[in-house]
Amino acid sequence: MKRRNFLKGVAAAGAAGAAGFPGIWIKGEGMAHAANGEIPVGVLFSLTGPVAVVESTLHDACMLAIEEINANGGVNGMKLRPYVEDPASDPATFADRVRRLVIRDKCVSVFGSYTSASRQAVLPVVEQRNNLYWYPTLYEGRECSRNVMYGGAVPNQQQQEFVPWLAEKFGKRFYLIGNNYVYPREENNVCKILLDRLGGEVANEEYVPLGHSDFGSAINRIRREEPDVIFCTLVGDSDVAFQRQLHAAGFDPGEMPVASLTRSEIEVKAMGGEAAAGNFSSAPYFMAHQSAANERFVEAYLKRYGSDQVTHFVSEAAYFQVYQFKAAVEQLARSDIDPISIRDAAVGLRTTAPQGEIEIDPNLHTHLWPKIGQWQSDGQARVLVESDKRVAPEPYWAYDGQSCTAEGLVKG
Amino acid sequence: MDVFFNQAFTGLSTASILLLVALGLAIIYGAMGVINLAHGEFVMLGAYAAWFLQSFLGIGLFLGLPLVFVFVALLGLAIERGLVRWLYHRPLDTILATWGVGIVLQQLVRMIAGPDSRYVERPAMLDGNLRIADVYMSNYRIFLLFFSVAVLVATWYLMTRTEFGTKLRAVIQNREISECYGIRTERVYALTFAYGAGLAGIAGALITPLASVTPGMGTNLVVDAFLVVIVGGVGSLLGTAAASGLVGEATALFSFLLNDTIGRVAVLMAIIVLIRFWPQGLFADRIRR
Repeated sequence: MKRRNFLKGVAAAGAAGAAGFPGIWIKGEGMAHAANGEIPVGVLFSLTGPVAVVESTLHDACMLAIEEINANGGVNGMKLRPYVEDPASDPATFADRVRRLVIRDKCVSVFGSYTSASRQAVLPVVEQRNNLYWYPTLYEGRECSRNVMYGGAVPNQQQQEFVPWLAEKFGKRFYLIGNNYVYPREENNVCKILLDRLGGEVANEEYVPLGHSDFGSAINRIRREEPDVIFCTLVGDSDVAFQRQLHAAGFDPGEMPVASLTRSEIEVKAMGGEAAAGNFSSAPYFMAHQSAANERFVEAYLKRYGSDQVTHFVSEAAYFQVYQFKAAVEQLARSDIDPISIRDAAVGLRTTAPQGEIEIDPNLHTHLWPKIGQWQSDGQARVLVESDKRVAPEPYWAYDGQSCTAEGLVKG
Repeated sequence: MDVFFNQAFTGLSTASILLLVALGLAIIYGAMGVINLAHGEFVMLGAYAAWFLQSFLGIGLFLGLPLVFVFVALLGLAIERGLVRWLYHRPLDTILATWGVGIVLQQLVRMIAGPDSRYVERPAMLDGNLRIADVYMSNYRIFLLFFSVAVLVATWYLMTRTEFGTKLRAVIQNREISECYGIRTERVYALTFAYGAGLAGIAGALITPLASVTPGMGTNLVVDAFLVVIVGGVGSLLGTAAASGLVGEATALFSFLLNDTIGRVAVLMAIIVLIRFWPQGLFADRIRR
């Protein structure tokens, strides 16, 4: 090889290296999260273990939104690159996997979790790494992290129209039954305050262990107390077992309806439409809600995952949160894409979700459109009441003098 | 007064479900000494089999019962032949092995049938309630009560009045001597395991109208089943029946006086005390081993 050719070769290799590995040469580009024209996002929903019943549908809805966005040209020309982890329904594994997504995969946001337990396991990690966690589930409130985007309803959004409506239609004597953990207890606190203002009373307040499936005793107690409304915050299998047994025991929802905050199309599918028919749920979204955005969502979801599937109020949020993320990232220059800029850009954004046009509050919760649905024997809910305005999220509604703001929790 | 009877019936109903679930275990654990932690998964498979028959083949719950029994029994047979039979002389290792089998079965079902809870329709003829004065008894629960007693009687008959049962009891007492008399003990063990598994399958199919069908549904049930078998006395069918009744009624009583959460705790405390004073259970096994 001649010396001249050798020099040419070295120069060419250097040029190729500079072009092929810009990360080495151009400072900042490699440091930015959005390298190579891809935006890395984490998808952290359980695909195995007991919580997979619900979380796999959230995974599906989230992935559907990511696929749709990528198919329509991505965000400012960049594709979303989903990193999928399976935390196996175990809170400790959630913490471990979110660390992996944030540190190793450099995700700018992670979408994940159904249960409060798993969200709380993830919280220290995302706060320490100053990342952003998009949590789609309705939950009990009393939390105000600056690193979590809360897409689900908090108690005031689910109850402040529901409880007065029930009291007016059926009466003011409520029987509260729920599983024994934080969510039902906080919801029942709110319910009791609302009932108190209306001059109503609580016939009994009862909690059963998670996964409890024999409601013979509870049903006997309900029969004896004869409440006007059975206010139900049972979750998952317990809710299914309770409603099936209540139905088998011959209770008439016309006289003593079950009013649930947690029952969605998933639970109704498992208990059978017959058993659920006539009872009520309060949620910002039902599959049967009529809007153009929802028609598109339901059609795309069923087409992608099978016509026997259902969409529900948590999978809707898992879906629209990806679009909120997209809308926020669109505001940013390519070099500015990092979790905190995304969060700040997201505040105040309005996006069209299947339930209606929603807005992100400075406290990072979401303004939603609460609805009251009555279950039909075909397993769908008929929306009886739609709130006429967006309802603001107040995660500390039941706690005087505390509020969640853009500066975090403010007391006094 | 009607409160008392309502609650007593609730207790009986709980007891009948416990009995159905525990009976298979009473045979596998009680007679063979295999601590089968996959028992809950046999129950779950029974429930899924009932769901499959109903939603894909249109076979109702009652007509499907024999098929469910055969299906889960065959699966039990395969597990016994493939795994458990190597562990008869290492009873503690069966805990780990069957626990593993349970996890594998759960995940297999989750992968094949999907993780969502499934719906099985209750036979329409058992809708509604039987009402006597102010005592309400759901027809389906009444049916379960009679059915569980029938299964108990059938099992008792099998164990004490048939040639197979006689052989089984001989094998339990002394395996080597039984072999000397020409009993094929391997076969007796395999069939017994299969029968116990089949019973679990039936239990699973029959509780579907009262609960939801999920891959994890067996986990809670297996705990209850072990409680009942231990309280009743290992190896005693009568003990299992009595213990089901006792645990069922105690649960109903405590959860009525207190509530379901504390009631459950109270029942467990009572069982601890009981085991302290009757370590062999209520009906101690008088067989010399």
